[in-house]
Amino acid sequence: MNIIISNSSNEPIYEQISSQIKELILRGELDEGDLLPSIRGLARDLQISVITTKRAYDELEREGFIQTMQGKGSYVAGQNKELMKEKKLKIIEEKLWEIAEESKLLGLNYEEVEAMLKILFEEV
Amino acid sequence: MNYSLEIKNLRKEFKGFTLKDLNIKLEPGFIMGFIGPNGAGKTTTIKLIMNLIKKDGGQIKVFGKDHVAAEKEIKDRIGFVYDENYYYEDLSIRQMKNIVSKFYSKWDDNQFNSYINEFDLNPKAKIKTLSKGMKMKFSLAIALSHQADLIIMDEPTSGLDPVFRRGILDILYNIIQDENKSIFFSTHITTDLEKIADYITFINDGEILFSEAKDKILDSYRIVKGSTKMLEGNRDKFIGLRETDVGFEGLTNNINQIESSFNNDVLIEKASLEDIMVYSIRGE
Repeated sequence: MNIIISNSSNEPIYEQISSQIKELILRGELDEGDLLPSIRGLARDLQISVITTKRAYDELEREGFIQTMQGKGSYVAGQNKELMKEKKLKIIEEKLWEIAEESKLLGLNYEEVEAMLKILFEEV
Repeated sequence: MNYSLEIKNLRKEFKGFTLKDLNIKLEPGFIMGFIGPNGAGKTTTIKLIMNLIKKDGGQIKVFGKDHVAAEKEIKDRIGFVYDENYYYEDLSIRQMKNIVSKFYSKWDDNQFNSYINEFDLNPKAKIKTLSKGMKMKFSLAIALSHQADLIIMDEPTSGLDPVFRRGILDILYNIIQDENKSIFFSTHITTDLEKIADYITFINDGEILFSEAKDKILDSYRIVKGSTKMLEGNRDKFIGLRETDVGFEGLTNNINQIESSFNNDVLIEKASLEDIMVYSIRGE
């Protein structure tokens, strides 16, 4: 598992960590039950405060991505797959909404948009 | 909750200088950096904790116990690195170690030897032949070799090169993997603290300006840069300002106010600990 932190980014470090871990989980690179580094070990490896890593893990736990067990560590949480799928569907829906709005503003009709989408589907 | 270190309303009076209303709390498992300009009271505070000088008021507890009543017991568990080190100059490192190690119930000779090796020190070298940096390394080796639960250090890395300082940071990070250990150290080298510190206490002129989580501090302050004419009517929004012929630079801890007053007409950047320290002290 790789976590790369930028000191010069405007995004707070704890957010960079939680985003990257979420990404790894959503992409399937981290599986249900995988053990995450300890908050102290991660702080040492990234050379940051343990308060920061704890904050990142607290957020991930609040959002249901990981579970922390006292004395044992933090694990990637189980019921992820359904949650993940729903979140991804929601993101796609939001993007499609934007596309629909912009297309209408531009005066495109449905068939024109569909044609564009068809080409893109083949390219991706 | 048993704090590793708990200071309440600490007070010490000297002619011409008073340390007052000092309140500091450090939980086990964390690192607190103690910053402030020369003469602010950092060394005095540390001397008071270690009972090297007597306090005039307030309370100091280490591991939940009074620092005077339980002094011996506490000091067995403290790794202390002090700026001036009082060693017998004619003794060798090994001889000096043999004397000092007797004071500690959990002395670990193997650990000491491994640090001496890592720090490239010759155990047979006489103390008087050591450079300032080497003496500091020797002090560190002693402080880290008796399973101390609290490490207190006064400017432990002054006189040490950046390569070695990074090495010390690595050692401190390893110590703090044990969530029962804590570290309290004063330093001028704010860049070291920007990495490793969990909490920062800032002292100036005998009083504490803030004692907070490092991330919170760095999140609250910003450096603002813009043209001088924008300052009209806005000077009070800054803690410190630097005006030149080509514009101004100021420190603020009121980010929202700045953003609404100036919109996008100014450059807003993160403030370093050094920025915060310098502007807070220099003021306007």
